[in-house]
Amino acid sequence: MLRVCLKGANAAARQCLCGKVAAHPLQHCRRYTSAGDSGVSAGKIVAASLLTVGGGLGGTILYANWDPKFRSNVEKTVPYSDQVFGMTIGPPPPPPVIPIPKKPAKVEPLQISSVSEATKESKQPKKEKKAKEAAAPEKPPAVEEAAAPSPPPPPPPQTIEEASAEAAHILSAIGEVPSVPAPGTSDQTPAEAAPPAAPPAEAAAGECHECAHHEPALKERPAEEVTALLAAKDKAEQDTLASLSSTLDETLGSSANVTMAAIGAQEAALSAIAVHTQKLKEAMDAEGAPDKKSAQWRALEEALDQRSRSVDEAGAALLRAKDELEKLKAVINAAKDSKIDAARPQVLAAEENLHNMIVDLDKVVGKVQAAQSEAKIVSQYSELVNEAKEQFQKELDSITPEIKASWKGLGKLSTDDLNSLIAHAHRRIDQLNRELAEQRVREQIHIETALEQQKLEHQKALEQAVVTALEHNREEMRLEQQKKVEEVREVMEAEMRTQLRRQAAAHTDHLRDVLKVQEQELRSEADETLKNKMQEQETHYRRMTQEQLDAFTLDMNAAYARLKGMEESIDSHVIAEEEARKAHQLWLSVEALNYTLRTAGADAPTEPLESAAAAVRESCSDNEFAQALASALPAESLKRGVYSEASLRARFSDVRHLARRVALIDETRNSLYQYFLSYLQAVLLMEPQQVAPPASLNADDLDTFKLLSYACYSMERGDLELAAKLLNQLRGEPRRVAQDWLNEARLTLETRQAVSLLSAYANAVGLGTTQAP
Amino acid sequence: MSEKELGQKWDRCLADCAAKIGAGLGLGIVFSVVFFKRRTWPIAFGTGAGLGMSYSNCQNDLRSHYLLYNTILKKQ
Repeated sequence: MLRVCLKGANAAARQCLCGKVAAHPLQHCRRYTSAGDSGVSAGKIVAASLLTVGGGLGGTILYANWDPKFRSNVEKTVPYSDQVFGMTIGPPPPPPVIPIPKKPAKVEPLQISSVSEATKESKQPKKEKKAKEAAAPEKPPAVEEAAAPSPPPPPPPQTIEEASAEAAHILSAIGEVPSVPAPGTSDQTPAEAAPPAAPPAEAAAGECHECAHHEPALKERPAEEVTALLAAKDKAEQDTLASLSSTLDETLGSSANVTMAAIGAQEAALSAIAVHTQKLKEAMDAEGAPDKKSAQWRALEEALDQRSRSVDEAGAALLRAKDELEKLKAVINAAKDSKIDAARPQVLAAEENLHNMIVDLDKVVGKVQAAQSEAKIVSQYSELVNEAKEQFQKELDSITPEIKASWKGLGKLSTDDLNSLIAHAHRRIDQLNRELAEQRVREQIHIETALEQQKLEHQKALEQAVVTALEHNREEMRLEQQKKVEEVREVMEAEMRTQLRRQAAAHTDHLRDVLKVQEQELRSEADETLKNKMQEQETHYRRMTQEQLDAFTLDMNAAYARLKGMEESIDSHVIAEEEARKAHQLWLSVEALNYTLRTAGADAPTEPLESAAAAVRESCSDNEFAQALASALPAESLKRGVYSEASLRARFSDVRHLARRVALIDETRNSLYQYFLSYLQAVLLMEPQQVAPPASLNADDLDTFKLLSYACYSMERGDLELAAKLLNQLRGEPRRVAQDWLNEARLTLETRQAVSLLSAYANAVGLGTTQAP
Repeated sequence: MSEKELGQKWDRCLADCAAKIGAGLGLGIVFSVVFFKRRTWPIAFGTGAGLGMSYSNCQNDLRSHYLLYNTILKKQ
């Protein structure tokens, strides 16, 4: 089957590829055979050639089937071989696919595993952390907690991914940072809130709160307040001290006065008692004249009165003194309680005084009491004596009723009376002797009892005296000690004062120096400020004057400038009007030029534009642009004028005709025969008279006939410029024929362009010179 | 006018042709009658020469523009 196809393909290939080639050998063969019989027959030759060709083709096809490169080469070099190959061995195999490397697939599972392991590792420390958190809620914030697991040896296995795990863990910890402190603080705050929230008594809590309130209140007092408080305290102290001292002095004074008064009174009482006693004794003892006796008795009574009075006074004074002393003691205690150091010596002095006064008072009182007791004895004796006397008197009276108790009348007595009296007296004496003897005996007993009593009393008095003496001594000792303490304190104070004085002196020296320096500095500063201020004032003043001057000059300048401005504006107005006039003139001249262009006749050119151009040049003598334009007019147009478009159009038809006829003639072909041919061509060639010219010409369009038809079209549409451009593309003889027409057209176009420019310019200038309202 | 030039040239050409042919004819006739015993060949020759000259002249005139050197140098 394949072989048949192969043979068919061979035949087709032969026919396609080497049909012609095969034809010749057959013919050659035929000639050879017809010329002379050779040993080799045609059939054999044909078969041999067929075989070689078929073998070559088959071999090529087989090898192409095996080697795709060879196949592609053959396909490239031998045309239509690809079809043959396609028919015999099928379509070419597809291009081999590039094998993809399998490395990424291997890498990915590794990464995933590491990530999962890392997350696992991170999960474990997270759990640990949470456990630690639960165990110790009072731990410090998250950063420290994150650091905490790392210092203690982590229990999970020491894998290679630990670093990454820790990094992940740290990252997760950092991520958890906002959440971690919350449980810690929430744990802490309830723990703290619990103890203060459960006080046993509200008062304590109240107190705590109060204390808490006070403490901050106390703590927060500023230094100024403290100094103020201290100053106030000092002042208060001073005041209290002053008041205390004043009160002390007062009370001391008063108590001293009163005590002195009391003592005086007591002494007066003492003296009175002594006097009285003395008087009494005298009165008792003395047996003087009755006058004197009565006088004595009277004096005695007086003395008694005096004594009683003075004793009363003394008692009252003593009471008063005691009261005053009590007051003084109270004041002294108060002074002691006030704890002011400065008052201590005063207090001490007051105490001493008090003690002395008490002692004196006691002494005096003791004296008075002794005197009183003596006086009592004496008075008792006197009373007894008086009693005896009265008794005697009574007896005497009873005996001698007539005689009154007057010793004066002794001389008048009779002898009976005297005898009775003496007998009475004797009896009395006996009685008295007996009494005396009795009395002596009793006296002994009495004396003993009295002595014992006396002893007891003496003991008591002694004890009392000892106690008082002890107290006094104690008081004295205390006072002495205090005095000594005071002295020592004074000494220390004096010492401190000297030291402080020295320090103060040093301080004052330093202060003096500093003050001197400061004074200098301040003085210099003040001088500088003064200088600056003076300078400022001066500059200010100068500036003000300058400003005034400047303002004045400014005003003057402004006025002058305005004047100038007005003048200039007027001038500029004039200039502008001039300009406008000139522009108008220019415009007019350009219009005239334009008009001259229109004066072209049917075949005649326009008038020479010389005059109009001259007029234009005159009217724009100062404007370079217009001058350039005016001089850009071609000389021909100036001298001779230009043709109108209509004439050019009319001429164009002739030119076209002629150009058609000499279309073939150029530098190379210009013999008469060519002329004949060209004429023939022009006659025979039919092209449309007018063809719209394309936007851009290509090489085909440069044919004379085409160009002419384009140009005709443009001319008919009035586009002289395009027609001229197109005719400019003519070459050879047609170009020579159209040359003059082209020149004329160019002239016309130039002139028209220049004139249109000028008119546009004139219009613009005219518009420009119109002044805005 | 450049477009009239060709017409002028043709005019000249024709005129010249007429003149030359006529002149050749005439001269040919003269020569044939005078020198060559009324053979026709001088007439043909003359006419042909005239024609040829006029053709040549015409051609030269027509292609005169395309010739590079078209000034006849005069002997100084």
